[in-house]
Amino acid sequence: MSARELITCRELIGFIADYMDGQLSRPALDDFHRHIAHCVSCRAYLQSYEWTVRLGKVSVLENSATVEEAPEELVQAILRVKQL
Amino acid sequence: MRTEREDEAAEAALVTRLQSGEAEAFETLVRTHSAPLLRVARRFLRDEEDARDAVQDALISAYKSIGRFDSASRLSTWLHRIVVNSSLMKLRTRRRHPEESIDDLLPHFAEDGHQVPANSEWPLGADELLVRDEVRELVRRNIDELPESSRVVLLLRDIEEMSTEETAEQLGITANAVKVRLHRARQALRARLDPHMRSIA
Repeated sequence: MSARELITCRELIGFIADYMDGQLSRPALDDFHRHIAHCVSCRAYLQSYEWTVRLGKVSVLENSATVEEAPEELVQAILRVKQL
Repeated sequence: MRTEREDEAAEAALVTRLQSGEAEAFETLVRTHSAPLLRVARRFLRDEEDARDAVQDALISAYKSIGRFDSASRLSTWLHRIVVNSSLMKLRTRRRHPEESIDDLLPHFAEDGHQVPANSEWPLGADELLVRDEVRELVRRNIDELPESSRVVLLLRDIEEMSTEETAEQLGITANAVKVRLHRARQALRARLDPHMRSIA
């Protein structure tokens, strides 16, 4: 069995979304891990990509968690529409 | 502060009142649920009036179809899905502007497939970044500034945590198009955050 060549950074970055979803096939996952083990740049890219997703989720949801009353004019507008 | 169990019981009681056609029940529904629904609609619609319209459409639509509500599920979850739908509907009916390309924000590669320039790590970890108000504000602003087709896919997949298939169905595009757009949107957002995150110490 010949050793598989390392995938390129381009291929690795193309795999990231499937990697995060746990959708990579076993051979593709092995290729992914072998590249990451050798490539400092892709390790940094993967980490910042994963953090971007996490920062996005927390930042948006936190903003939505602010307790706030519904604007009275919106409540009244909806009640009026229902009467129609 | 009410407990989760109390909220659930209050929702179940409200559903019963709505389904039996009690006149004041709709007002209770509107007063209790408009604020959280408005917060969801605002994620999708940057225009406040559009966001309010989406909430109005959602609550009227919920009222009309309350007879079909499955009492095994949570009212707030059901309403949440309805307001996401009405927000997407609103986005579709709005006049579309030509979108700015995000190609410049995608990684560049040399002929041999190496990424150029190479990446360097962000000095602070995600947990350390997240405690900073200015970071969370920066992230929100950069999501808001993504072109709409990328932003909506990112919101549905990464914030709403919809599946690829459900997102595809909602947007009337293929599952593969959802995957491509999501990956591009995350890469573009990452690229916009990168210079800021690398300079934060």
